[in-house]
Amino acid sequence: MALSHLKSSSSGSNFLKPLATAFSLRRPISTSTDPITVETSVPFTTHRCDPPSRTVETSPQELLSFFRDMATMRRMEIAADSLYKAKLIRGFCHLYDGQEAVAVGMEAAITKKDSIITAYRDHCTFLGRGGTLLEIFSELMGRQGGCSSGKGGSMHFYKKKSGFYGGHGIVGAQVPLGCGLAFAHKYNKDDAVAFALYGDGAANQGQLFEALNISALWDLPVILVYGMGTAEWRAAKSPSYYKRGDYVPGLKVDGMDAFAVKQACKFAKEHALKSGPI
Amino acid sequence: MTVRDALNTALDEEMSADPKVFLMGEEVGEYQGAYKITKGLLDKYGPERVLDTPITEAGFTGIGVGAAYHGLKPVIEFMTFNFSMQAIDHIINSAAKSNYMSAGQMSVPIVFRGPNGAASGVGAQHSHCYAVWYASCPGLKVLAPYSSEDARGLLKAAIRDPDPVVFLENELLYGETFPVSAEVLDSSFCLPIGKAKIEKEGKDVTITAFSKMVGYALKAAEILAKDGISAEVINLRSIRPLDRNTINASVRKTNRLVTVEEGFPQHGVGAEICASVVEESFGYLDAPVERIAGADVPMPYAANLERLAVPQVEDIVRAAKRACYRSVSVAAAA
Repeated sequence: MALSHLKSSSSGSNFLKPLATAFSLRRPISTSTDPITVETSVPFTTHRCDPPSRTVETSPQELLSFFRDMATMRRMEIAADSLYKAKLIRGFCHLYDGQEAVAVGMEAAITKKDSIITAYRDHCTFLGRGGTLLEIFSELMGRQGGCSSGKGGSMHFYKKKSGFYGGHGIVGAQVPLGCGLAFAHKYNKDDAVAFALYGDGAANQGQLFEALNISALWDLPVILVYGMGTAEWRAAKSPSYYKRGDYVPGLKVDGMDAFAVKQACKFAKEHALKSGPI
Repeated sequence: MTVRDALNTALDEEMSADPKVFLMGEEVGEYQGAYKITKGLLDKYGPERVLDTPITEAGFTGIGVGAAYHGLKPVIEFMTFNFSMQAIDHIINSAAKSNYMSAGQMSVPIVFRGPNGAASGVGAQHSHCYAVWYASCPGLKVLAPYSSEDARGLLKAAIRDPDPVVFLENELLYGETFPVSAEVLDSSFCLPIGKAKIEKEGKDVTITAFSKMVGYALKAAEILAKDGISAEVINLRSIRPLDRNTINASVRKTNRLVTVEEGFPQHGVGAEICASVVEESFGYLDAPVERIAGADVPMPYAANLERLAVPQVEDIVRAAKRACYRSVSVAAAA
C-alpha cells in the first residue's frame, strides 16, 4: 500500500502514523504557528477573583494537535472499554472519554515541570503527559512493557520525569498529595505549580478541606481542578464546587471547550504562583 | 545523653547535612516540640523547614507524602501514633505501596515519627501500640529504638533511607539517660536497619524485646541471674524488617524463648517471632515459646489497673522460669 512508503513527519507513536499520513494524502493541513484568536463558548464564572479574558490565542498547529490528541484519547478509551468487557483488562477500568478537552487544554497551558496528580481515571492524563499507547495498553493488560511493569494496573500510571504523579485508588487522597507537590515546588523555588484533579467523591472528603486550609495558610501554588461525574443531587448539598473553597478563589470553566480549559489553566497557574491556591 | 537529646541532635545533623530534609507536625516549631524533641530547630532552620501544622493529620500527612513524591525528605511528627490513624491511608496507600505500584518510579523518602504505645495515665485512646499495624505492611520499614545510641543511629538511618520509615519512640524513655561513645556522637554515625542488638549475652533462655521493654528485660535478666538462669536479651531495634537470623541463632543456642512487648497480644510482634522460630528452628526448641504482652483490654486509667495492664519485670521473670521448666505453667496449675 502507498501508505507504507510514506514517512510521517508528525511526532507520535506508531499507531498515529497511518492517521497522519492518510490526512496528508487527501488534503494539505496547515502546521503553521500563526496566531488565531478564538472566543470561549461561555464566559467564566468566578468566586473571589476576576475572570480571565474570553479571547484565547491558538494556532493551526495547536488546533491540529488538539484534534489529534483528543481523537486518540477517545479511541483509546473506547478500545479499553471493549477490552474490559472482553475480560482482557482485569479489576477496575475507569474511562475518561468525554473529558478529553480537559486533559488537552491543561497540557497546552503548562510545562512538564509543572506537576499533575489525579485519582484513578488516569489513562488520558497519562497520555497527555507523554505516555505512549503501548505503555498504556500493556499496563492495562498486565504486561511487563506497561508503564508500571504490570504491577500497578489501570489506577496506577505514573510518569515522574514528566511531572505526572499518578494514578491513585483512594478517593480524595490525591488532593493532599497534590498540595504536597505544590509544597515541594515552593520549597525548591522552581516557579512551577501542581494541579490536583478530583471528582464528586473527593469533593466532600475531609482531607481535601484540611489540605486546602494548609495550602491557603502557607500560600502553596496548588490548583484544585474539579470535574463532574456523579449526579449532584445524590451527594452534594452545595453543587457550586468552584465556591466550595470558601476563602480560596474559584473559577467555573466549560470542560467541553479545550480553549476555555487552556485559558483557565494559564490563569490559574499565574494566580497560584502569585497568591496561592485556587 | 538523654533519648530526647539523641533525637534532637540526630534531626539537627541530618537537616544540616541535607537541605531537602524538613520537619512538619503539630507544635514542632514555636512550641519547640510537644515533648521538646524539636527544640531549637525552628530558630536554627527557619519556618520554611520547620513547619507547624493545624490539627489535621490526614491533610498534613498527605502533603508530606506528596512532597516526598517530588523528592523532598519530610520528617512528619505525630504527637502520638494514636493520631496516625487519622492519616493511616496516606502512610499505607500513598507512601508504602507507591514504590511497588509504580515499578520503582516513585520512591518515597519520608519518615513518620512520634511516641508510640503506653504512657502514664493517658487512658485507652492515647496508649495504643502501633508496631504491628505498620509492621504487617510490605513497603514500610518500622523501627523502635530503646537507648540513646539506638535513637541517634536509627533516626539518622531512617532519614537517609529512600523508603518510608515508621519510627516508634516512647514517651517515657525521652528523659532517660544512657552512656554514649564518641563514635555515637559523631555526625556520620548510623545504625543499619533490620539488625537487632544483643544487649546481654546468655545461654539458658532468649528474651526478645523492643523499646521500653528492653529495659525491663535487662532488669529481669539480672534477677534471673541470681537464680542461676543466664538470659540472652535481644533488643529488636527493627520490627520490619525483623532480624530473624539473630533471633533464630540465639534460640538455637539457648533452646528457649520469651517474647516481650507492651502492645496487645493477638497478632503481636511476639506472635510473628514465635512463628518465625517454629518455622526455622523448631527442632531446637526445648520448651514452648512464652509470649508476654499487654493485657487484652483497652488501657485503663486507674494507676493500679494500668500497672496490671502492661508487662512488669516480674512477668518476664516468671515467663523465663516457665520456659526453663523452673515453675509450673498457669494452664497446668488450673
